[in-house]
Amino acid sequence: MSQTASIPDYDYSVAKAFTISTLVWGAIGMSVGLTIALELVFPQLNADLPWLSFNRLRPLHTNSVIFGFTLAGVFATWYYVSQRVLKVRMVLPAVAKLHLILFNLIIILAAYTLLAGHTSSKEYHELPWWLDILVVIMWLTWGVHIFAMLGARKEKTLYVSIWYYVACFIAVSMLYLINGLAIPTWFVTQTGNWWHSVSMFAGTNDAQVQWWFGHNAVAFVLTVPIIAISYYFIPKQANQPVYSYRLSLWSFWGLMFVYLWAGPHHMMYSTIPSWVQTLGMVFSLVLIIPSWGSMVNLLLTMSGKWEQLKTDPIAKFLIIGSTFYGFATLEGPIQAIKSVNAIAHFTDWIVGHVHNGTLGWVSFTIIGAIYHMVPRMWKTKLYSERLAENQFWIQTLGIVFYFSSMWIAGITQGAMWRTTDQFGSLAYSFLDTVNVMVPYWALRAVGGSLFLTGFFMFFYNIHRTIRGAAAFQAQAGTKSALSSVTAT
Amino acid sequence: MFEFIERNSLLLGLCIFITITIGGMVEIIPSFTQNSRPIEGLKPYSTLEMAGRQIYIRESCNACHSQLIRPFKSETDRYGAYSLSGEYAYDRPFLWGSRRTGPDLHRIGNYRTTDWHEAHFINARNVSPGSVMPNFPWFFEDNVDFGTVHAEIITVKTIFGVPYDQGDNPKSGSLKEIKAMGLVEAAEIVKDMKTQAIKDALAKGEVKDIVAMIAYLNRMK
Repeated sequence: MSQTASIPDYDYSVAKAFTISTLVWGAIGMSVGLTIALELVFPQLNADLPWLSFNRLRPLHTNSVIFGFTLAGVFATWYYVSQRVLKVRMVLPAVAKLHLILFNLIIILAAYTLLAGHTSSKEYHELPWWLDILVVIMWLTWGVHIFAMLGARKEKTLYVSIWYYVACFIAVSMLYLINGLAIPTWFVTQTGNWWHSVSMFAGTNDAQVQWWFGHNAVAFVLTVPIIAISYYFIPKQANQPVYSYRLSLWSFWGLMFVYLWAGPHHMMYSTIPSWVQTLGMVFSLVLIIPSWGSMVNLLLTMSGKWEQLKTDPIAKFLIIGSTFYGFATLEGPIQAIKSVNAIAHFTDWIVGHVHNGTLGWVSFTIIGAIYHMVPRMWKTKLYSERLAENQFWIQTLGIVFYFSSMWIAGITQGAMWRTTDQFGSLAYSFLDTVNVMVPYWALRAVGGSLFLTGFFMFFYNIHRTIRGAAAFQAQAGTKSALSSVTAT
Repeated sequence: MFEFIERNSLLLGLCIFITITIGGMVEIIPSFTQNSRPIEGLKPYSTLEMAGRQIYIRESCNACHSQLIRPFKSETDRYGAYSLSGEYAYDRPFLWGSRRTGPDLHRIGNYRTTDWHEAHFINARNVSPGSVMPNFPWFFEDNVDFGTVHAEIITVKTIFGVPYDQGDNPKSGSLKEIKAMGLVEAAEIVKDMKTQAIKDALAKGEVKDIVAMIAYLNRMK
């Protein structure tokens, strides 16, 4: 209780709004994901409508879950974690609010433009040039806020999570600016669509720049800030410090250096130089070391507290999240081995791998963090631990369905494409290999439905928690509720 | 041992920036010039092909189709000669794709015809039982946007030096000239098509998206 006096009065307004953005964009993005999963099983669901067709919904799915859901979660945690580890109340609230408004505006505009078919075609960087400019402004408002917080901080030494947030900001700035370089054609001729542009790079060069971006979008949006989240919330939830400072240091700098070399594994046996492919493969394998450094460090933070996993659903989400990080960062390098990639590339095994990372690692970590933050921000109690517990098992089952079906589907199709008969002729038509996929696609859709069901349980649980906050405070008496919450 | 970095946020940012730039520079820059050279005989996209390519991008066809034949017997048997870097020299953006939910299309022009594509875009299951491709009825309704085609041709010609108007390469020109060339190309395609509405539209001087799409796919050889 005596600590309560020294804790500054934190400003959670922006963190709360980003938390709600996370829930909304997550629900939308994952629903679109399930829709396109079902469209592969039942093609008539495309309904002959452009804005309902797989081809236009697929970029909407990836953009809304990667940039809508994940980044909103990253920003929500930033506005919560930064105040606490830097020991300072949120500075520049106007900049933070501008950041929030721009972010949500961009995602809404992105949804519209993607459905309308305005796309650069570059994976995870589909937005048209004018939206790219808005994204850069939004990103810079975040950068201003980061460095303003760092400048105003009362705690001199920067905690590990802060290193990762700063790395996310710097790396994504560099990658997005260079990969987005394009000439808007309207300014050259004053004819045609004003949103149309031509890429600055052509062919093989364009591919190399794009996958340098694409691979590291995975690194610095879906990995680095999620590690930042884990490094704050796992020790908090376990109520003990990070296992090893030295391990966090080496795995951070290792990850920073190695990740940027691994992009070529997206272009194995393509027309990029052979030495670049080999280098990309080697660095992908080396990447296991810093990735597992972080994973081991995060898991061992539970040392002596493992029994907490039996009873605490929030710890379950965070720890299984980091465990999936370990799975995904072993699976990825295996797929980057050239001979394995020859079978795996262009198949659903890659899709399965991505979802191990995004469902298991990214979503679980963000869900765990939100479950931890919401009662503290709204000064209340979680509505139902039991619901969270059931959600955990339903979603875990969903992920198992997802990756097991995609694993079998991918290896089956990759193998069928290369199977020959006794005369050395191809044994299967392309269509044969599609027909075999359908049951696995159905199983994947079952997995996706389970995961989405769990997400709606999460949504409901948080909704009830927030709605019950006023009643809880009235019942418990604002003072005692406040001290019991801040003490944890 | 690096505590001084962890206490100075600008130094931390600088160290991160230097560490992350190395990999990309080593891997991308050395082969940049070599990779931009076109293969001998490569022609820039003609008016109608360019229009088709813009539709291909608008519909994110690359979400399900690759344009990259890898150097394996199983791929060259199925799709034709493996892809060469110089073939992509005028591809802005590149369209290699990352998942073959449908087959590779880099040499589709060698083994599919105009009327096959026409039937396939109406309903893929007409010609490929069990296909999961969506139908594209709006290709038969919407007109080609020659304004954007003109803008892109002039942009790549003036800014990136794509050799339009050289030798027997396709011509650039004013918007009016671009549209006139598009109509001539469209007539070649439409004579092999069966849909009467497309023929009627062409007679009125309108080119539907389907015609441009087929022109682009027929070029892919």
